Amino acid sequence: MVWRLKKHSVLPGFGLTLGFTVFYLSLIVLLPLTALCLKSTSMGWPQFWETVSHPRVLASCRLTFETAATAALINAVGGFIVAWCLVRYDFPLKRVFDAMVDLPFALPTAVSGIALTTIYASSGWIGQWFAPWDIKLVYSRWGIIIAMTFIGLPFVVRTLQPALEDLEKENEEAAACLGASRWQTFRFVIWPTIIPALLTGFAMAFARGLGEYGSIVFISGNMPMKTEIASLLIITKLEQHDLAGATAIAVILLVSSFVLLLCINLLQWWSSERVRGVA
Amino acid sequence: MTSSKQRMAPGRMMLPLQEPSWVRWSLTAFSCSFLILFLVVPLVVVFTEALRKGFGAYWAGITDPTAWSAIKLTVLVVGISVPLNLVFGLAASWAIAKFEFWGKSLLITLIDLPFAVSPVVSGLIFVLLFGIHGWFGTWLDAWGLQVIFAVPGVVLATVFVTFPFVAREVIPLMQEQGTEQEQAALTLGASGWQTFWYVTLPNVRWAVLYGVILCNARAMGEFGAVSVVSGHIRGKTNTIPLHVEILYNEYNFVAAFAVASLLALLALVTLVAKTLVERRIHFSTTSLEPTTVES
Repeated sequence: MVWRLKKHSVLPGFGLTLGFTVFYLSLIVLLPLTALCLKSTSMGWPQFWETVSHPRVLASCRLTFETAATAALINAVGGFIVAWCLVRYDFPLKRVFDAMVDLPFALPTAVSGIALTTIYASSGWIGQWFAPWDIKLVYSRWGIIIAMTFIGLPFVVRTLQPALEDLEKENEEAAACLGASRWQTFRFVIWPTIIPALLTGFAMAFARGLGEYGSIVFISGNMPMKTEIASLLIITKLEQHDLAGATAIAVILLVSSFVLLLCINLLQWWSSERVRGVA
Repeated sequence: MTSSKQRMAPGRMMLPLQEPSWVRWSLTAFSCSFLILFLVVPLVVVFTEALRKGFGAYWAGITDPTAWSAIKLTVLVVGISVPLNLVFGLAASWAIAKFEFWGKSLLITLIDLPFAVSPVVSGLIFVLLFGIHGWFGTWLDAWGLQVIFAVPGVVLATVFVTFPFVAREVIPLMQEQGTEQEQAALTLGASGWQTFWYVTLPNVRWAVLYGVILCNARAMGEFGAVSVVSGHIRGKTNTIPLHVEILYNEYNFVAAFAVASLLALLALVTLVAKTLVERRIHFSTTSLEPTTVES
């Protein structure tokens, strides 16, 4: 066997299209990302560590991770129920609700930011109900969680919907015929099948929350050490011409989202392996 | 497709194939209130706040010269970035879907990369390249060119964040459709270009449109990345979302929400178009003959 880079094909245009693809990809994506990597390595480990271990940076990273995890958890629960209802039940305006799930993708983040701030402010539609109890929803951790939940919702719902649609009714019927209660069927037949999709959705919502900026700057209040998220700290450092500091935080964000991406790919591989194992 | 209306005929044994009705009702009520709370209310509030002081104030907010220049800049940025990524998306999907070559899955992963990069970081990488202290900073400065805090930077950042949209919608569909139709066209004497134009493109046109819709929405609404590179120069490098931010931070809420309502309208149009096109894609893939699907 002759080892070749490309299998023979009668179709034309391979060189042209692949060449253009690689060129454009390198220019727009790879070159800038390489610049980021080189910039961070040129800093040297001690300087990197010094920047990253600064209390303000640590506080912002901790806040970002905690709020993103909380929001992803809320989305995992809420999004699961929403996806379940959209796939399995009929209710009025179901198609409209279904289409609306994509709104956080379509609505620019700045718009959702100012809208959420207005709603949850102490004079807003929802915030006024919490004001008498002295619960501040905006300019606090809660505001960040609200914004991240809004942003992450479609990821969970849209990942779960196909998984729920693919469930075979026969398995549930078999379980019911064998005397399982509805809860047992759910717990032992449905739940194990959809858990990879749920975890994938969770990871995607978490990753999106980590990097989110637009909707959060309006609602968080941006108080250093308290409600300052990592993305905002990057911008603050840039405005102070601290390019190295900004790069260091960017590297943390980038590495965590790559790790999450890897987790998502592993989860998808796991679920496809399981499907193959069953079939 | 199994219908959710799984009613048993009377007199037969009832198997627990459906949740009890109180569970169904409470779950549905929960989802509807969750969606209304998180999705409908924010959308409604944009329009009520924009029209709070009447239509006159709303109109004044939109027709303000700085708002108008923000709109023009956004249209320019979209006009450059969407066609670029459309051409790239088509070229990439032709190469990836129609040929087998080494390193293909790596290439697909790399194309998806911009989705994994947070918006602020996407802006930062261009500052590192073209900023004054960046790689090409001194060189650009010597030629009197400005990329960062100028329109080219805004365009570059937008191209980066919208990079994968067309490609990732078109690649799976083209892969599913295989190469048989193209081979037939070539055998019948069509040129490569004719084959692409008359055979391949019509087969994937809804996926292309879908990708363009998503790409357009993101390009118009991108905030984080653009905010880093634009420098917020009023009337010059402000796109619509940045203009919204400035108005909002100046406590000019009516104008901010008026301009924001344009973006909200765009989001609604996007959702409707997306739903319609999705139905088309579903229709065209289910009507495909199974013989054209290759593993």
